[in-house]
This record gives sequence, structure tokens and C-alpha cells, in this order.
Amino acid sequence: MSYAIETLDLTRTFKKGKKKNNSNSKKPELIMALDKVNLTINPGELFGVLGPNGAGKTTLIKILSTLLLPTSGIGLVDGIDVAKYPEKVRKKINMVSGGEHSGYGILTVRENLWMFSQLYGMQTKVALQRIDELMKLLGMQEYARLKISKLSTGMRQKMNIIRGFVCDPQILFLDEPTLGLDVQISREVRKLIKSWVKEKKEKTVLLTTHYMAEADELCDRVAIIDNGKVLACDSPSNLKTSLKQDAVFHIEVNLMLDNLDRFKVVPGVKKFAYEHKPHTGRTDLKFILENDSYISAVTGEISNNGSEILSLSKAEPTLEDVFVSLCGKGLEDENRA
Amino acid sequence: MKTELRTNLKAIFGRAYVRLVGAHREPSWLASEALLPLLSTASFVYVYKALKAPEEYTGFVILGGAMTAYWINVLWSMAAQFYWEKEMGNLELYLVAPISRMAILLGMATGGFYLASTRAVFVFVVGSLIFKVNFVVISLGKLALIFFLTQVALYGLGMIFSSLFMLFGREAWHTTNLFQEPIYLLSGFFFPVKSLGFTIGLLASFIPLTLGLDGMRQLAFKGGKESGLLNVNLEIIALVILSIFFLIAAHYALKYMENMGKKEGRLTLRWQ
Repeated sequence: MSYAIETLDLTRTFKKGKKKNNSNSKKPELIMALDKVNLTINPGELFGVLGPNGAGKTTLIKILSTLLLPTSGIGLVDGIDVAKYPEKVRKKINMVSGGEHSGYGILTVRENLWMFSQLYGMQTKVALQRIDELMKLLGMQEYARLKISKLSTGMRQKMNIIRGFVCDPQILFLDEPTLGLDVQISREVRKLIKSWVKEKKEKTVLLTTHYMAEADELCDRVAIIDNGKVLACDSPSNLKTSLKQDAVFHIEVNLMLDNLDRFKVVPGVKKFAYEHKPHTGRTDLKFILENDSYISAVTGEISNNGSEILSLSKAEPTLEDVFVSLCGKGLEDENRA
Repeated sequence: MKTELRTNLKAIFGRAYVRLVGAHREPSWLASEALLPLLSTASFVYVYKALKAPEEYTGFVILGGAMTAYWINVLWSMAAQFYWEKEMGNLELYLVAPISRMAILLGMATGGFYLASTRAVFVFVVGSLIFKVNFVVISLGKLALIFFLTQVALYGLGMIFSSLFMLFGREAWHTTNLFQEPIYLLSGFFFPVKSLGFTIGLLASFIPLTLGLDGMRQLAFKGGKESGLLNVNLEIIALVILSIFFLIAAHYALKYMENMGKKEGRLTLRWQ
């Protein structure tokens, strides 16, 4: 079977700089952005890559969209090697990144979108018709004749999303497409992505995100990636099912706890993550326990610390819990760092 | 093949559109881009007048002043444009698209040529009228051919520069700065390049504007031939060679730099 996207031991390193601890060594320190990544994505699939900032998501997209060469390994798009035949790959793809500021301020939204459609050889009439349709879908008709320099961040990102869909690519790369957008606009963008893949069975989307809800809602399958390594790859429901035998607890406490590492050694704790909320002075704790009986040991440890439990709930596993169980940290922890 | 050509032509027009429309939406640029350069050109005319230089020198200066528009355009609006495109986030969109990098540059060149020509025509026409320049055109056909070849070779050279900007950041910016003024001197924008001596003039001929200006002066002004560096026909041949050389070199330079950028991960790295 021919995959829409396939990676075989895909590896990418970046030079960090000269080592400081050894002045004689001229060997630059290497950062492993992707470490032997093996993925297969089927045609028509909406595939998510979930991971914290710096996990290697953007590097993966940059390699597959021919902007970066792998250090080793192979990346195939529709069976074509991205490193050897980038020109052939480019005919099948388009890419949209979150927080993009592309386009020209002197042109209107419609003109900018038309300009980018010309890079794909679209007939003007077809392009404009498609632009108008997509703008209507995302509620942007009234902005069509506005210069993009006057658009808000959200509207600008909507325009970027439209740019990705206008040329109707076979494979679309979306790198954090809803980054920094408000709830309403994110919802509209997700709806468009979903309907596009649903309507056009042969189209494939590779989406990177660090929003678990987004991956959960949109993706047929999700690869969880951290430090350049794929830790798990399955459908969101299967990933969550893998945690069913464990007990997932969410606890909110009234203090900004310190020395949180002690929770890792509490009996029965398999994985643990936390999130400080400085604006409320509270801390959210997430525990994956071997079974329910160990919760008393955890609450006892919290009480010993002089902290008060504000809420405690046993939760259905989420993708974040899956991430915590695989990495021993939350996505938010990593993003804060 | 046919589809690829059509896609590239559409890309050229699409990219040129940005500049063509921009020129009409912000006409204020005419004041700074056309009127002010006329003043600096005029100052050279007055220097020659004060020194009682031969009459044709006024024409030489006006022509040189007009042609500076193309040099500035190639340096700042074409070569350096990849730097801005990278900072704006457009470069990666161009690189992901199924088009030749030269199509993008040609689009920039076409749009830029329109802007530069507006400035050049303004300086040339208004300068000629104010200072009553006397033209004695020997061959209009050759004059047009030299102008055309100069532009092709010049924009080819600009494409080579732009390959540097695809990869580098500020350092290429300084290089551009470094190129601007010395070329005014070496190419003889405001005097016949022969004045620098034959050897230096010949070396400077690697810059297409040197031969272009020299040839046009020989063909458009009385006394131009006497101050010419080389025979006009020879200059036409040299410009043809330079045009072909620069365009081919640009093709490979762009490919090489893009590949290097992809290897080093610097192609889309901003704020270098």
C-alpha cells in the first residue's frame, strides 16, 4: 500500500554551538530534533503530531515540506523522497504555520490570497471563486477588500488557513494552526479542517499541535512526540484506552507547592504532573495511580505538607494523561519551560 | 512542461502584481524616489558646468543619474528582498510552492523594473529638459539593444546576490551597503569610465552597468565615441555573454544556496 506520508528512521540534528567545557574541542554540540522517527500516514487521514514546544513537530513538517534536509533517514510524501525530488513533492503539498505573518500589507486579503494561488498556477477565475467560498466559510467576506495590515491576529490566521486550502493540495501540513487564536476562531478553523478532509476522501492532513483537545477532536490518529522521539502512535481513543486499567486523578490544592518531586515516590504513583496557577495561587496536580486504593497515600502526602485539597476527581483519561504517562510530565509543564 | 511554464509565468505575474499595485496605492514614493535623485544628479551637472566641461558631459550625467534607479532597485528591491521575505515569513511559502525560485525573482524584477523605470524616466526626461541636453543618436536600435542587455545582465547579477540573502542575514545586508557607492564610481555613473584608465575600466566591465552606460553614451551623444571605453559592437557582445553567464550562474547559485540552507537549517531561520 502506498502511504500519503511515510518516514523511515528520520533523523535531524542541529548544531548548537561550540562546547564551552572543553576549549580544545572544536566539535559543535548537537541537538537531536528528530530521532529515528518512523511514521506511516494513510491517504485521507487526518493525522496529528502532539508534543510540547521543542519536541520536533515543526522540524518534521519542515522536512516533509522540503524546507529542511534530514540528517539521516528517509521522508516520503506520496511515495516520493522529499530530499531527492523536492520539486515533485511540492506539486502535492501546501503548508500553513501558526502565527504566520505572511502576505503583503499593501494588498487586500483577497489580492494576497489570489497572489499566493498564482504560485500554484491556478486560473484567476477558479482561484477567486474558491477564495470567496472559503472566506464565506470562515466568515471573512467583509474583510475581503481590507488591506491585511489592518487585520487582527485572528483574522490574519484565518487568511493563512484559507491560503493553505485555496490550491486544494493533496497533502496539507498544518503546523500549530490555531496557535494564539481565541476559542471561537479556533473552533471555526477546526471545523474547516474537519469538513475538508471529510468531503475530500483522498486528501491528507498532517497537523501538529500542543493542544490536546484539538488533537482529540480532529485527528484519526495521533503520534505523541517528545525530544524528537515518537513515544506512541494510535487513535486518540486507543491511546486513552491504554490507560483504562490505571486510575487518573485530578487534584486542585490551595498552595503553590514546592518540592513536588516527593509525589513521584509516593507508593502507587506511576506518573505525576502539575500546573501552577500563579493568578489564583493554586496548583493542579495530575496523578496516574496503579489503582484507586493509592489515592489515600497521595492525599495524606498533600495534607502533611499543610496544603488543603480544593477539589479531587477521578477522571476519564485524556490525551494529556497519556502524555503524562509516557513522559512523566505534562504538556503544559514543558511549554512553560 | 507546458503546465510548469504556465505555473511559473503566473507566479511571475503574481509577484510582480504586488509591486505594480503598491506603486499606485502609495504614490508618495514618487517624491522621494524620483524628485530627490534628480537633485543629486543636478549637482553633478553644475559641477561640470562650473568647470566648463564639454556639453556632452551634461548628457552623460543625466543618463547616469537615470540609470542609478536600476542599480538601487537591483540591490535593495531584488537582491535584499529575500531577506525581507524571510523576515515576513513569505520566503518559506515561495520555497514550498511548485515554482522556480527564478520565477519569484523575475516577478520582483518585473515589478521593480516598472518602479525603477518610472524614476529613471522622470530623472531622464525632466533632467534633459531642464539642462537642455543635446542628443545625437547614432543608432536607436543598438541603443535599445544595449539598454535591454544591460537590464538582463544587471538583474541576472541581482539574482546571484539574492541567493546570498536566501541564506544569510544581516551580513549580506552590509555587503549590499558596501556595493552601492563603489559601483557608482567603478561603473562611471557620472563620468566616462575611460577616465579611470583602460585596465580599471575593463575590470569594472564585469558590472553590466559599466558597459551599458558606456555604450549608450557612445550612441546617444556627440563626442560620446571619443570618450568610450570599447567599441560598441564589442560591448554588445560582452553584454550578451554577461547576460547568459549571470543568468546561468544565478540558477546554480540559487540552487546551491537553497540546498546549503536546507542542510544547515538556516533557510527559514529569522532574525539572524
